[in-house]
Amino acid sequence: MDRNQLQRQVALKRSSLFEQQFLDSQQFVQLEDLEDDANPNFVEEIVTLFYKDSARLFQKIEQTMQSRPIDFGKLDDYMHQFKGSSSSIGAIKVKNECSQFKEFCLAGNAEGCFWAFQRVKQEHHTLRIQLESYFQLRKQAGLVRRF
Amino acid sequence: MESSFSSPRNDSFPAGLRVLVVDDDPTWLKILEKMLKKCSYEVTTCGLARDALNLLREKKDGYDIVVSDVNMPDMDGFKLLEHVGLEMDLPVIMMSVDGETSRVMKGVQHGACDYLLKPIRMKELRNIWQHVFRKKIHEIRDIESHESIEGIQLIRNGSDQYDEGYFFSAEDLTSLRKRKDVDNKYDDKDFSDCSSAKKARVVWSVDLHQKFVKAVHQIGFDKVGPKKILDLMNVPWLTRENVASHLQKYRLYLSRLQKENDIKSSFGGTKHSDYSSKDLQGILSVQNSINIQQNDVAHGSYRFSGNNLVAQNADPKSNEGDIKGIVSEPVAEPKKGTTGNIPDSQKTRSSQMDFNSSYAETQKGLVGNVPDSQKIRSSQMRVNHSFASVESEVNLTAFDSTIPATYSWNQIQLEKEHKPLIQLNNGFSKPPLPGPQHHFQADQLQSIPSISSRPSIPGEDVTGSSKSKPSYSEYTNHHGSHVSPTISATDSFPGQTKSCVVDHQLSETISTSTSNMKNQGINLSTDLESAQRNLILGSTSPFASLDDEFQICWYQGDCYGMNLELQNVEFSEYTDPIHVTEVPAHLYDALRFEYPCDPSEYSVLDQGLFIA
Repeated sequence: MDRNQLQRQVALKRSSLFEQQFLDSQQFVQLEDLEDDANPNFVEEIVTLFYKDSARLFQKIEQTMQSRPIDFGKLDDYMHQFKGSSSSIGAIKVKNECSQFKEFCLAGNAEGCFWAFQRVKQEHHTLRIQLESYFQLRKQAGLVRRF
Repeated sequence: MESSFSSPRNDSFPAGLRVLVVDDDPTWLKILEKMLKKCSYEVTTCGLARDALNLLREKKDGYDIVVSDVNMPDMDGFKLLEHVGLEMDLPVIMMSVDGETSRVMKGVQHGACDYLLKPIRMKELRNIWQHVFRKKIHEIRDIESHESIEGIQLIRNGSDQYDEGYFFSAEDLTSLRKRKDVDNKYDDKDFSDCSSAKKARVVWSVDLHQKFVKAVHQIGFDKVGPKKILDLMNVPWLTRENVASHLQKYRLYLSRLQKENDIKSSFGGTKHSDYSSKDLQGILSVQNSINIQQNDVAHGSYRFSGNNLVAQNADPKSNEGDIKGIVSEPVAEPKKGTTGNIPDSQKTRSSQMDFNSSYAETQKGLVGNVPDSQKIRSSQMRVNHSFASVESEVNLTAFDSTIPATYSWNQIQLEKEHKPLIQLNNGFSKPPLPGPQHHFQADQLQSIPSISSRPSIPGEDVTGSSKSKPSYSEYTNHHGSHVSPTISATDSFPGQTKSCVVDHQLSETISTSTSNMKNQGINLSTDLESAQRNLILGSTSPFASLDDEFQICWYQGDCYGMNLELQNVEFSEYTDPIHVTEVPAHLYDALRFEYPCDPSEYSVLDQGLFIA
């Protein structure tokens, strides 16, 4: 695949991410804008940081959900943090699931929380896959900076 | 990034703006850092609020603005916001993924300059420099207005005023105030203290005080000296003596701040938001006023009542009791220096009290007294009594710690208003007899200024409107009732400085009465009344602005030195106690409400005045 084609693919992939609401174009583009010589892979660095933080928060949430009685306040708190974190990269779908989870927390609905949490993890996982393939394409296309 | 006294960023502002970002989310922290760097700002990141505070405390002048997240594990973002506002007086921007109105409102209540919603856009960050700039402008304005007022006064007063000192035409409180200021200056020099060099009363505005604090920090508290500070501050009209006295107050303030912090922590629980700003203000104001007074006294050589006050202040709570007691005491003793304190304390107390009533929770905590007008009244009474005693009480009790804070706050206010006030006092203190009614007023007002200066109601006196006169007339009759003028003293209300002409007058009267009375004390009350009235009439608006400023200063904590000078002088005059009764309750109320900024102050004064 020649460079142009690769680049086109990258562009396509990127557009689809936005269209499918995986990512908020505004926020993501802003992150891309921050890429420069000093931080050529800034976006990827940020996303990596996000994953790391997500893992930490997920673990905390799981722990809290396993304890009895369930501390919904704490759950809400953690999820709030996660929500904030996901907003940093503009993860829309993930954020929506977070809101859902929070609502269950407020209602004290343990089952609802469990269910919503599964969905959060699901969306998170999906996004991760999508982004990985995106970054892969970018590398392949030799795109280090924002086009 | 050290901050040099004059921020390095000045050249290419806003480039180089020193931002401190606090966020527990590492992802956001990194993004914000990058974004801010892109704006050409100097960024420092922090993952914990505690660390942020430490950083800020280490380099008081090391940052221009703080951007903080609301939800943080170790400390609530709002709390951090409060701390920063109080201790460093830096603009703080809050961030959160939660944009609920209540949260945003809370942020603003706590003093946030802005509240950003995550995800944050670059353009939002690009504009944060406006908050820094705005603050600077306000500072400059303060200084300028301060200077201009002084200038005007000097021009107006000329030598005539000088002699007449106390002759303030009632009709124009403003001019009266101005004149008074000038007169005060002169008087101060001439009468109050032959030995004291002619030093013009300096109104330590928030800006000025901040400059002062910066200089102190730059030099290093250990090696600090008036001359060095003066040089660094680079304020042409400021004299070494001004700085010296201010430094003295500042030192006292700092020591008090320690105590205050302790107290504060105990109070902190109550509406912290309210408390923090308001209470502190109140406390600060009180403290300030007290401090100021003390200083004033020292400077102005009006050392009268100051001492009394001090003695009496022992316990603000017991205001009522004290007041009564004080009232009975002959104010005569012109203890120097303390006067300043006492009146302030009274004032502050009252103001605090009032303040408290409005902020209910805070007051109690702060002052320790019951925040009811009664109390204030008593305190006022006390004040009148010896003015000094009142203040001392205030100072001692609750305000101890706060005092420094208040001081600064008062300072701010006083600054504005002070001018006129001081003059009053100066003139006042000297002449033993208030002389004709006019004088009386003037005198009283003068005394008031001292009083007010403390509570930071300064403005009132000065701007007051002739209304204060009425109360004045009361005084005239009895020297003793000079107390009313004290109301003007209350001018020290933070907001009031501007319009406190009325108060000014009152203070004058008060001062006159005080001087006359020394033993009378009562005059003060009368004066206060008028002062109050004036305050009400005149100063509504200024206080508001003062409030802000004063808040700013006040928070700084550094603002210790403000306008003490002004206040001190006047207070001493008020030894007369009890004539406070004269002070009409309505004035008190009026004062209270009129000046939102410094309601506490007013109430204090009013209270004091209203012995009856």
